[in-house]
Amino acid sequence: MTIDNRKPLLEVRNLKKYFDKSRGLFIRTPKVLTAVDDISFTIYQGETFGLVGESGCGKSTTGRTIVKLYEPTGGQILFDGVDLASINHRDMLAYRRRIQMIFQDPYASLNSRMTVTDIIGEGIDTHHIFKDSDDPRMAKQERIYELLESVGLKKEHASRYPHEFSGGQRQRIGIARALAVDPELIICDEPISALDVSIQAQVVNMLEDFQKTKGLTYLFIAHDLSMVKHISDRIGVMYIGKMMEIATSDDLYDKPLHPYTKSLLSSIPLPDPHSEQKGKRIILEGDVPSPINPKPGCRFASRCRYSREEVEIITVNTLVGRVIRETLLDPVTNELIIKDNKVITPEIAEVIVGLNLPKISLGKQSCFTETPELKEILTDHFVACHFTEEINANLLKK
Amino acid sequence: MKKKILEVKNLKTSFFTHLGEVQAVRGVSFELNEGDILGIVGESGSGKSVTSLSIMNLIEHPGKIKEGEVLFYGKNYNEEIYSKIDLENPSEEDLKNIKLYGPIDLSKLSNSEMTEYRGNELAMIFQDPMTSLNPVYSIKNQMMEVIRRHTDMNKEEALERAKELLSMVGIPDPKGQINDYPHQFSGGMRQRALIATAISCNPRLLIADEPTTALDVTIQAQILELLKDLQSKTEMSIILITHDLGVIAEVSTHVVVMYGGMMMEKGTVEDIFYNPQHPYTQGLYRSIPKSTAKTKERLIPIEGSPPDLMAPPPGCPFSPRCPNAMKICLEEAAPLFKISDTHTSACWLMAEDAPVVKGFKKTKGAK
Repeated sequence: MTIDNRKPLLEVRNLKKYFDKSRGLFIRTPKVLTAVDDISFTIYQGETFGLVGESGCGKSTTGRTIVKLYEPTGGQILFDGVDLASINHRDMLAYRRRIQMIFQDPYASLNSRMTVTDIIGEGIDTHHIFKDSDDPRMAKQERIYELLESVGLKKEHASRYPHEFSGGQRQRIGIARALAVDPELIICDEPISALDVSIQAQVVNMLEDFQKTKGLTYLFIAHDLSMVKHISDRIGVMYIGKMMEIATSDDLYDKPLHPYTKSLLSSIPLPDPHSEQKGKRIILEGDVPSPINPKPGCRFASRCRYSREEVEIITVNTLVGRVIRETLLDPVTNELIIKDNKVITPEIAEVIVGLNLPKISLGKQSCFTETPELKEILTDHFVACHFTEEINANLLKK
Repeated sequence: MKKKILEVKNLKTSFFTHLGEVQAVRGVSFELNEGDILGIVGESGSGKSVTSLSIMNLIEHPGKIKEGEVLFYGKNYNEEIYSKIDLENPSEEDLKNIKLYGPIDLSKLSNSEMTEYRGNELAMIFQDPMTSLNPVYSIKNQMMEVIRRHTDMNKEEALERAKELLSMVGIPDPKGQINDYPHQFSGGMRQRALIATAISCNPRLLIADEPTTALDVTIQAQILELLKDLQSKTEMSIILITHDLGVIAEVSTHVVVMYGGMMMEKGTVEDIFYNPQHPYTQGLYRSIPKSTAKTKERLIPIEGSPPDLMAPPPGCPFSPRCPNAMKICLEEAAPLFKISDTHTSACWLMAEDAPVVKGFKKTKGAK
């Protein structure tokens, strides 16, 4: 597909999903978990859009909000031109047929008291798929057999219960259920993470085959970066509720521009003991910060190696209010003065000045105060970083 | 010549359930030398975790080590004395010396005898760092318990040691954070705290059972780096159990590939990744996406599904899914054919009279 003739199927604009986490009977401290915070992306017809990120980055919430399993806090979800975020439950029904979902856990996502026929047939009944046919019951049964065969199961399996199947077979039932109502977009929420390595490839190949024969569009959510690269045309990288980078999958892996994407990709262990990448690994320090009441600025700033600058003029005025980017210990007593990524208070500034250090590393101002916007740096390659040009000077020159 | 540290001989472990005997491990043998990192790779149900639990003698009812030996060459092992003993018909003196200075068969020890080794010379870390830590005790408490159980340090010394260990594994503020409870730690930090506890008594052997599976990829990179770093500093040996070929390639020096409770292939990491000589290893490698491959290049899956361990196939466990299966494969499990000094494969294609198949080299002198 060339860039010009592609047609958007799903446009997500400024989507937000916040969860209220305030607790306590008497004292209510307002706590907001910003699971998805103002993200925008477009999925074109017939493509696979991969969504990657670490746990808690909001990728699954994004998928669930698109099908309105969660009510969005803000933003638009334009599916085929209609804003799903603003329509009511009844009108949504028609779109639920067109957007289906495959879930991660093949054990939890199938009702253990229903037979395979009931599971796959439920959607057919709900959406009255065969209401115009002469014999709707026969037509439904035929359809179920056909679906079972297309996902590599047998007719005899139709009357069995989920517990009689292995994980890989259950995931096939989940796929058959999604396909039963002829959807246009399928949201695959970690469809292979619960499966064994040798079974993963079977399921991925099957999804690719269905895309070809039925012209499906996929939103593929996963944390396994090599599998996402394999299956996706374009990929969005998320970090604590924000979209960091969107690019075609080859571009993303060949020239990642965002510092987070760079380190994420370099952390993938490769099945090659003498790989060239081994020495070039960028190991991130620290843990993923909490998405509850996030600080202003870039979400990645606290772990980003480019967000620091050396400051030589150390006075109380230059320090107060800024973020420190190193763990500072007292040189004499070895006691902790201030931790990495903490905001410097006037008292601590006095202590630091008293230490007479030649220089100190502080966070770059804009990284910690302004949230970077997602900008198109190259064709079809969007990055949310204040210093994209500076960091990638060599890459962008070519 | 490196010193041997562990020798597993024909280990068989089964679980006797109401439905019948589940043969989780069916004859596994390997050796581990000092300073080696042995990766055991396999899918769920391949028996890799049960192998490691058997080494630690942690198999609980209804499970049982049916057969085999787990010989541990611990601190008491004295090669000089042991090598002089005539093992064929030992004298009374020799029998005493074997007990004192010979390798110890861990699988024959009672639970109380085993506590001498567990946490001391042998240590283990598990997949889920939350369930391996006790939520009602502080990190300090749990670390000091291990240290004081196995050494004669007093409280102050043990606390100092615990802090030193935490800073060794990269906890940013050990003095303050040692008083925290497990829920105050993130997943990566919990795994670090567990590693710190595990290495507190300078174990000779550390078993890590899927140590990074529950962690995110950037945290996984940190933990793997830490394990490699600790290994090179302390010269301990590590057995790393995982289903991720990438993790194996990243840290291991030697690899054992398991399937259906049996060992399929064994060799150095180079042998396994650059010259795999078992259809299962090759299939596993083909079914994962490569970084060099172009997007949408088709994967080659292994068809079928893993065997039922309640009634494993009589021959090679992989034969029902194997593209190269022959008649003998269905009838009899293949012995380990030696490909080189370091590399062995349990596949009948290695036999001298087997048909020539592309991608497989015949071994010389194989039966």
